[in-house]
Amino acid sequence: MSDHKHHIMPLKVYVSVFACLLVLTVVTVWVSLFDFGKLNMWIAMFVASIKAGLVAMYFMQLKYDNRLYLYILLAGFAFLALLLGVTVFDISTRVMQSSTL
Amino acid sequence: MSMAVDHLNGEALHHFPDAHTEFEASKLGIWLFLCTEILMFGGLFVAYFIFHGLYPEAFVEGAKYTDWKLGAANTVVLLFSSLTIALAVHFLQKDNIKAAAVNLAITFGCAALFMLIKGIEYSHKIHEGLLPGRWFSHAKEAQELPTYFAIYFTTTGIHGLHVLIGMALIIWVFIRTIRGGFNSRYYTAVEGVALYWHLVDLVWIFLFPLLYLV
Repeated sequence: MSDHKHHIMPLKVYVSVFACLLVLTVVTVWVSLFDFGKLNMWIAMFVASIKAGLVAMYFMQLKYDNRLYLYILLAGFAFLALLLGVTVFDISTRVMQSSTL
Repeated sequence: MSMAVDHLNGEALHHFPDAHTEFEASKLGIWLFLCTEILMFGGLFVAYFIFHGLYPEAFVEGAKYTDWKLGAANTVVLLFSSLTIALAVHFLQKDNIKAAAVNLAITFGCAALFMLIKGIEYSHKIHEGLLPGRWFSHAKEAQELPTYFAIYFTTTGIHGLHVLIGMALIIWVFIRTIRGGFNSRYYTAVEGVALYWHLVDLVWIFLFPLLYLV
């Protein structure tokens, strides 16, 4: 660990990632023009996740950085998934009374 | 901060063994903070999904009152600002201080443009009586339409607050940059602000389709 040089990404990587993000934004809007029912939500979240991954990996440099930071980010999402999963499971399995919530 | 520490020449605060350790320690703190941000916004996203599941018709009707063109414009503005602040860090790593300052200025401009567009959207909605709770005075088909706008204003409002805080932070690192406070050996504050700014962008990447398109 004698050389602590930071990893410097070439300029064209930044520009390519930005171009990908723009294309994916167009895809998000374009897909929403079609009615796939419940699938629309899944597609939108899938594309948004790819975009978020690009921002995290390249703009936030997680691809090249200390793995610890990636694990911290993933831990956040893991606990979020737990919160979402358990809550959705609770709400969706309740037997609703005649009154609303 | 001690004035005696010459960060620009690779010195570190006395309780760190070297500058690299100091940089990594600061970054670890930022990442832990970003993790709490994900959990904070995450709670709002969970609320979104629960209410969307319970009252889908309110969300279909609510999304009709959002202008996807303005939302898409703001998405492009924020993505571009993420690029420019990443480039600011990139140019500091290459000791190109001027290019770094220019990119920070562009990032600030994008943030201001985002808030301007957000302000136009907000004023339309407030004018139409779409504020939730007892301020809601718009005609509605879905009984729970105000719930949609409660989620809309809470998520975009807290996100907008993050943009405003980000603008203040960007000004701070911009001033320090043009005063010669950073170089390739020391740019910790810019790195931290950039990471925060990318997270603000990340949250919007999810908010845009959820509120405007789905």
